[in-house]
Amino acid sequence: MSAPAAGTAGPDVLPPRSARGRRLGPGPRVPGLLALGPLLLLAVWFLGSATGFIDERTLSAPWTVVATAGDLVADGTLPDHLAASAQRALLGLVSGIAVGLALALVSGLSRLGEGVVDGPMHVNRAVPNLALLPLLILWFGIGEEMKVITIALAVVVPIYVHTHNGLRAIDRRYVELAETLGTSRTAFLARVVLPGALPGFLLGLRFAVTAAWLSLVVVEQVNATSGLGYMMTLAGTYGQTDVIVVGLVVYAVLGLLMDGLVRLVQRRALAWRRTLED
Amino acid sequence: MAPDTGGLTLDTAPKPSPAADASPGDGPAVRVRGLTRGFGGRVVLDGIDLDIRRGEFVALLGRSGSGKSTLLRAVAGLDHGVAGRGSMDTPEHVSMVFQDSRLLPWQRVLANVVLSLPGPNARERGRAALAEAGLEGRERAWPHELSGGEQQRAALARSLVREPELLLADEPFGALDALTRMRMQALLLRLVEAHRPAVLLVTHSVDEAITLADRVVVLADGTVGADVPVDLSGPRESASPAFADLRRRLLSELGVTDAPDEEAPA
Ligand SMILES: Nc1ncnc2c1ncn2[C@@H]1O[C@H](COP(=O)(O)OP(=O)(O)OP(=O)(O)O)[C@@H](O)[C@H]1O
Ligand SMILES: [Mg+2]
Repeated sequence: MSAPAAGTAGPDVLPPRSARGRRLGPGPRVPGLLALGPLLLLAVWFLGSATGFIDERTLSAPWTVVATAGDLVADGTLPDHLAASAQRALLGLVSGIAVGLALALVSGLSRLGEGVVDGPMHVNRAVPNLALLPLLILWFGIGEEMKVITIALAVVVPIYVHTHNGLRAIDRRYVELAETLGTSRTAFLARVVLPGALPGFLLGLRFAVTAAWLSLVVVEQVNATSGLGYMMTLAGTYGQTDVIVVGLVVYAVLGLLMDGLVRLVQRRALAWRRTLED
Repeated sequence: MAPDTGGLTLDTAPKPSPAADASPGDGPAVRVRGLTRGFGGRVVLDGIDLDIRRGEFVALLGRSGSGKSTLLRAVAGLDHGVAGRGSMDTPEHVSMVFQDSRLLPWQRVLANVVLSLPGPNARERGRAALAEAGLEGRERAWPHELSGGEQQRAALARSLVREPELLLADEPFGALDALTRMRMQALLLRLVEAHRPAVLLVTHSVDEAITLADRVVVLADGTVGADVPVDLSGPRESASPAFADLRRRLLSELGVTDAPDEEAPA
């Protein structure tokens, strides 16, 4: 075949151009554009406080919050609480991901596994996680164990649901192909199942991160002696709006950072896909 | 139908006659006896007997819905849970080419070609197979970056790198334009000459069957309706009288009565 090897020229040879015809997709990515929404919110807060439109007792001004944050960092309060929270969230997240992924594989690859796992997972999904809290406290006490388990339980659900869904959505034709190639079970898992379920898993991961933070806030307001939630509850009793807002801002920043991280992984890992996202 | 194929002609070196190929004591590559398959009580294949010698190229024709894919999938062992009976001997190494290229979209081209290919120098062999299919330099491309014809060539490389004793192909060029199709036919013939697997090719095109195969099998009413050897000496020129005779005969087997002289281009 004498087909010319197209596409060997470097990308710098041809200038970018725009095509005729209406584009229906959102178009290419603009760097930094994702920060637009958060920046707008910040601007509203800033203007509202500067004009006195927002009462200092309702919501502290940005500069007060920054000053308070500085104090809290200086005396080590914020770093300590943050570390405690981060450890809980991370432990819960990691163990929840591991369990959710394992359950999704078991239930996705075997009918028996599905029969055993799927029902209980949907029960877990139907019961609001925080409604389980009293029971978990009875079983595991009020220590770290209970907190990590609560977070993990909240993480398992989205990981399981989305990974299982992604796995079952893998085109049957690829499974057939693997059969004709005499693929072993492990190679099938590594080359077909896991990459095929990856988009679903990563979507689940984004929900899982949010769920982990949400549960974190709640468990830290129950019988905790450390953590961001505890710091905020305490501030609430003393009417320290600025400390509460510092906690909120930290939550928001961390949440955004983690979501951004997952999205970055998503974009790297799914480079093979051609979707509206790109 | 004789478009300029850019210097590529489909006439091949005279093939060794299949009978001379089968050494004494050598069983056929494929032996199908009384193969019956049905869906929901409707019998689609009704007692098929089919032998394919080693290195023999058999084309399978039949009307749409006559059960060609069903037969191929049965031979490939892909029809789990389909009702039926019959016995089948197939070689150990069987490769299949589908109508779609079926490249895993999340693996680069080379990784697709060497997917579960055993052996220490799998990647080297994969590279060589891609080069054979005219895809050198595209090893690291994603499947969606290849054209339809290139994807199908990569799929062909993936089947042949395994050195199969039997190559099954279900309308592998069905989705390609006429010119690409002719190039792919030439490539397939070249690769089959080089690797000498037995081939069972399903096609809708009578001309493609005559051009490529040593033997044409027509499937009708669930059984083998006709089993016609293609002994055209010399170049398989679709305008030659022998070619036209064979085409007429096969078309009438397919139930096309007012057979046109030339097959209308798809
Ligand atoms: N999975 C299935 N379930 C039910 N019926 C099926 C199934 N697969 C095939 N059939 C039926 O079996 C018959 C033969 O199908 P098959 O796909 O083998 O035909 P074919 O000869 O390959 O046709 P085509 O040339 O259109 O591809 C058809 O009537 C089809 O409806
Ligand atoms: Mg078919």
